Amino acid sequence: MRVTVIGAGVAGLCVATELHRRGVEVAVIGTPPGPDACSWWAGGMLAPDCEGESAEEPVVRLGHEAADWWQARGVRVHRRGTLVVSLQRDAAALARFARRSAGHREVDAAEVEPALPQRRGLLFEGEAHLAPREALAVLAAGVEFVREAKGQVIDCRGLAARDVLADLRGVRGETVLIHCAEVAISRPVRLLHPRMPLYLVPRGEGVFLLGATSVESDGRGPPTVRAVLELLSAAFALHPALAEAEVLELGADARPAFPDNLPRIRRVGGVLHVNGLYRHGFLLAPALARMVADHLLLGIEPEVME
Amino acid sequence: MPVFYGEELGSALMLGTAGYPSPAVLERAFRASGAGVATVSLRREAGGGQDFWALVQGLGVRLLPNTAGCHGAREAVTTAQMAREVFGTDWIKLEVIGHADTLQPDVFGLVEAARILCAEGFRVFPYCTEDLIVCERLLEAGCEVLMPWGAPIGSGIGLNNPFGLRALRAAFPGVPMVVDAGIGLPSHAAAAMEMGYDAVLVNSAVARAGDPAAMAGAMADAVQAGRAAYLADPMERTDMAVASTPVLGRAFL
Repeated sequence: MRVTVIGAGVAGLCVATELHRRGVEVAVIGTPPGPDACSWWAGGMLAPDCEGESAEEPVVRLGHEAADWWQARGVRVHRRGTLVVSLQRDAAALARFARRSAGHREVDAAEVEPALPQRRGLLFEGEAHLAPREALAVLAAGVEFVREAKGQVIDCRGLAARDVLADLRGVRGETVLIHCAEVAISRPVRLLHPRMPLYLVPRGEGVFLLGATSVESDGRGPPTVRAVLELLSAAFALHPALAEAEVLELGADARPAFPDNLPRIRRVGGVLHVNGLYRHGFLLAPALARMVADHLLLGIEPEVME
Repeated sequence: MPVFYGEELGSALMLGTAGYPSPAVLERAFRASGAGVATVSLRREAGGGQDFWALVQGLGVRLLPNTAGCHGAREAVTTAQMAREVFGTDWIKLEVIGHADTLQPDVFGLVEAARILCAEGFRVFPYCTEDLIVCERLLEAGCEVLMPWGAPIGSGIGLNNPFGLRALRAAFPGVPMVVDAGIGLPSHAAAAMEMGYDAVLVNSAVARAGDPAAMAGAMADAVQAGRAAYLADPMERTDMAVASTPVLGRAFL
């Protein structure tokens, strides 16, 4: 079987890698990973249990496949869990988060991450994180890039596939990359806040990604002042020493999403579309890639197929 | 059912569209609520929220654009003008935020913006406090609806000042009024309707519930119950027990 994948974001590269691994002759049309793909700007949290607080069941279940898949592909996966904290006055939000998610235990944040002040937190030990750009590069190195499609076409163009998928919409996200040698945090930390929720993902050597806004917009322009203010204010509230951090980079892009924010595999004509990964690209792409391979090779109907 | 600017709505429940887990959940919540009006924000999505707006327009309910996030009269007026273009309606829920922490309305900026917008033919729904004089000024400015807060936006506290809300309701008996902001539970919505308010506007209480559609249904039931109770002319409360069956003359057995 010969397959051509269009799109070299996280969806396209995972599908191509999985097919290649399972003996399919596969090539990718697209530019190797860079700032054009929204996955370039991702947090890289493999946090299905935390996502379960607001996302629907398939995200949690399918997301549990992700860490093992990435690690087996030779990507560095940091299995240090996720720490969820709130500010003192939002203690009720932490209790609610605990009630609406599973796979956590209550901890003192300072015992888990000594750099943080003492406060109640939730530790999701089964979760992990990776560095998206590193992961994309590992996958890209293992697939062939071509200019022309041959055989079965799999469309993984993300938001660009709106010309075919009319119910796809953009959900804009904005991020800030900072460097702060003074604060040693080794696992993703989520700060619950009624207006400015924040996550901080360590990238190693004092670099942290702060994210991410979620705005109903397909705008891909630079981050707004408001977004940057909110992210940085929340980071300051998490740890005052982050005020001394250097701002390395501002990021913004629009993620592709269907109305229920769940991914789909959809056949349109002869083309198989894999899309709508929303803010769960690195979390769900492995499961979707597996489903695509199972479908093409074994005839198994994917549960997210339409 | 409430009548705003000569238009009768199908429900006394108005529902906001922000903060739902997904547009699909939002749609289910609207169906369960039977809400007659959907409020929609222009501001946060100024980069191009057309996809989302199309989804909201597809709900098939009357749209009430708002000026959420505006901190001054001029900003609110500009946002209202843009909203009229985008959504094709002269209805505008006018919000002029005055205080960063409580999001309390800047009532001075609000009256100023209301005057400008009413003169431009807008049908203004001002988000205000329950202050009688502020409300009087808003009516003078040309507003024909008032939207006093129950409590700070998104707080879920309920009716923070029942005395003030009762006084306001009594002060302007003919003016359609909506309790907006702060509603966290169906009992809060019912209480507002029992006071004689014409409608309530709810967003966070539904969007942030674990099951938004179920909460939307509960809000709809509460609004109906509250309205029916108001129309039924509730009894007066007394401090003395009044038995509903006579005790005197009970047979000695």
